Amino acid sequence: MLSRTADALYWMARYTERAENAARLLDVSYRMSLQRAAARVGYWGAALGITGLEEAYKAKHGEITAAHVLGFLAVDADNPSSILSCLRAARENCHAVRGTVTSEVWETVNTTWLEARESAGALGRGRLQGSELTRFCEWVKFRSHLSRGVTVGTMLQDEAFHFMRLGTFLERADNTARLLDVKFDELAPSTDAEDEYYQWGALLRSVSAFEIYRKVYRDVITPPRVAELLILHEAMPRSLHACMREVDEILGVVGNARSGDTQRRAGELHARLRFARIEDILEIGLHPYLTQFLERTADLGNRIARDFLVPIG
Amino acid sequence: MAQRDPASRIFDEMHAPDGCIRPHYAAYQDWLARMPAGAVARKRLEADSAFHRTGITFAVYGADEGRERLIPFDIVPRIVPQGEWRALEHGLRQRVTALNAFIRDIYSEQRIVKAGLVPAEQVFCNAQYRPEMQGVAVPSGIYAHIAGIDIVRATQSAGEAQYYVLEDNLRVPSGVSYMLENRRMMLRLFPELFARHKVLPVEHYPDLLLDTLRQAAPAGLHEPTAVVLTPGAYNSAYFEHAFLAQQMGIELVEGKDLFVDDETLHMRTTQGPRRVDVVYRRIDDDFLDPLAFRQDSALGVAGLLSVVRAGRVTLANAIGTGIADDKSIYPYVPTMIRFYLAEEPLIANVPTWQCRDARQRSHVLAHMHELVVKECHSAGGYGMLIGPAASRAEIEQFRARVKAAPDKYIAQPTLALSACPTFVKRGIAPRHVDLRPFVLSGKSVRMAPGGLTRVALKAGSLVVNSSQGGGTKDTWVLED
Repeated sequence: MLSRTADALYWMARYTERAENAARLLDVSYRMSLQRAAARVGYWGAALGITGLEEAYKAKHGEITAAHVLGFLAVDADNPSSILSCLRAARENCHAVRGTVTSEVWETVNTTWLEARESAGALGRGRLQGSELTRFCEWVKFRSHLSRGVTVGTMLQDEAFHFMRLGTFLERADNTARLLDVKFDELAPSTDAEDEYYQWGALLRSVSAFEIYRKVYRDVITPPRVAELLILHEAMPRSLHACMREVDEILGVVGNARSGDTQRRAGELHARLRFARIEDILEIGLHPYLTQFLERTADLGNRIARDFLVPIG
Repeated sequence: MAQRDPASRIFDEMHAPDGCIRPHYAAYQDWLARMPAGAVARKRLEADSAFHRTGITFAVYGADEGRERLIPFDIVPRIVPQGEWRALEHGLRQRVTALNAFIRDIYSEQRIVKAGLVPAEQVFCNAQYRPEMQGVAVPSGIYAHIAGIDIVRATQSAGEAQYYVLEDNLRVPSGVSYMLENRRMMLRLFPELFARHKVLPVEHYPDLLLDTLRQAAPAGLHEPTAVVLTPGAYNSAYFEHAFLAQQMGIELVEGKDLFVDDETLHMRTTQGPRRVDVVYRRIDDDFLDPLAFRQDSALGVAGLLSVVRAGRVTLANAIGTGIADDKSIYPYVPTMIRFYLAEEPLIANVPTWQCRDARQRSHVLAHMHELVVKECHSAGGYGMLIGPAASRAEIEQFRARVKAAPDKYIAQPTLALSACPTFVKRGIAPRHVDLRPFVLSGKSVRMAPGGLTRVALKAGSLVVNSSQGGGTKDTWVLED
């Protein structure tokens, strides 16, 4: 397969996943802000922190307000990481290789962009609050499910498919790690059990893990177990372990003459997650641990680009 | 509903001059008459939304709407009886065979020039002549593997309508994806119509094209690799490039995906370099190779010409085919048919005055208000004057241009193009149409029955080009 084609497929999947995660983040931030009025501004600052966009935001809006952050993260075309921009980038990448994906995949991605552009216009004009926002986030998640389902349900499982999946899981690992990092930092010092329940509950819901947590632990919600579930649980589809297992496997399938070291590094990262214990991780500190993880996934991203795709930069 | 002027010179594809429905449209008219009024409008909306969803769009240069727009699709088919199509098919085969023979001759022995039938300066001073191809042999001697021949039915002053070739497109003719998508759309919207009519299928065109490309490979290759070369996603015809690559199951590549090494063309893949043998290129000659042609081209592949000259890759179409479809060469096509095939042309040329000739020029200058004057090296309906529709100022401006550079212009009578019933705001009205069949040349010359019918949506307009806001129709060749 053409390197440029693989590149577009990989980035299409990454941007689709990124849009979904941004929607998850926005939704959870909004829900949390409803529950704790006093800390509202803090949530919105944290939401910007996860995406690494504080500076770009401050340059544009200055003070942090709910409406501005929501607009910035959801529908601001000038923000390259907004949901709208991600959906556009996914669509542009898909457009560039529309001959490689099935027509169902193309139609899904294209329709998502056309409809997102329309709702973004409507959201941008009105007040970006309440049920409108929640509905938009739900819709983005739904379209992402659809796009993934159409991919799995219609595409030949050849290289094109593998590079799309590679993008999906690498992006998801990155997003889960960021979400956990920021929320853990922000939520850790709490003595109020009820408050803790709502805050951690919201975090779990944002990665569709609330019911999973109950099923796995059959216990009250505690921060170490949330971290364990999202980092180490192999069967939890958004955990770092599950994502890296996929990345490792896919690299094994698409490997070429010069990708040996990249495969080794992915394998190592996978093995560490497989055999790690949450106690040890918390002892090092979750933040340093996740920072290192993010560095490693970024490194993998660069290596994948160099070995298979169009090198970055 | 339809307004018909019985005294009109315009040939109506559906109605005979006495107002009766022509036999090949009878079953359609019968069906249409029974359709509830709202149903047709709903079908039109359905077609629009389906085209948007599938992203079958076309970029129009300079349009404000941004990069993508739909080519209006009209749901009334253009119907051609099989007998008429058979005659056209023979004529097209003959014409394209002669055009290929001409290009081969020009880049080798130049017999037709030596015989004094085509003036040397018309060929060798033409920007479309590529000296780089002189003496280069191409597989099977075929240069224009894919040709789009524009055909119109027009009425002579004497009153009888006949088919003419208006233009040959031998460089990178486009539009075949619309032929295929229009058929798919009609089948989806009106399946019952296809139960009532025996419409010859066109869906196998991508197969014919792939077969043609593989036949074009340099000799001695077992499983040749063919690719489609596109300028990229911002090109107006990108949809078609991607569509054809997908239908044929071959790679859609851009210049940056290819490189030349050791006199071989390769593409960059996730598994390393892979050899390419046939390139269905949708990039103009000028942009193909920055080392040979335009140095500022970022679309091509450095060194591609050297691989062509070494006979290690086939370009479809070959470099330099423009010499045969230039408007200044067009008047000589009947001569080519007689010279190379010793046959009489089966489809007529439109009578053409060449402004380079003093006598013909003075005729043109004296009759500009009734002629169509065309610039030889332009395409897409740009750079032409339609005398009867032009203002006095426009005519004077064009007159000055012709006088300043007469070699660059030809003129033709304003043809009364035939009209086909078409949906417009106020119901169904006749609109002018043309027809572009796509002719493939390999071991034999083949084509899908019919082609792309383009329709001028403005009342009275004669310009059917999609870049100028024309629309398209499905074309049915009806089995007798």
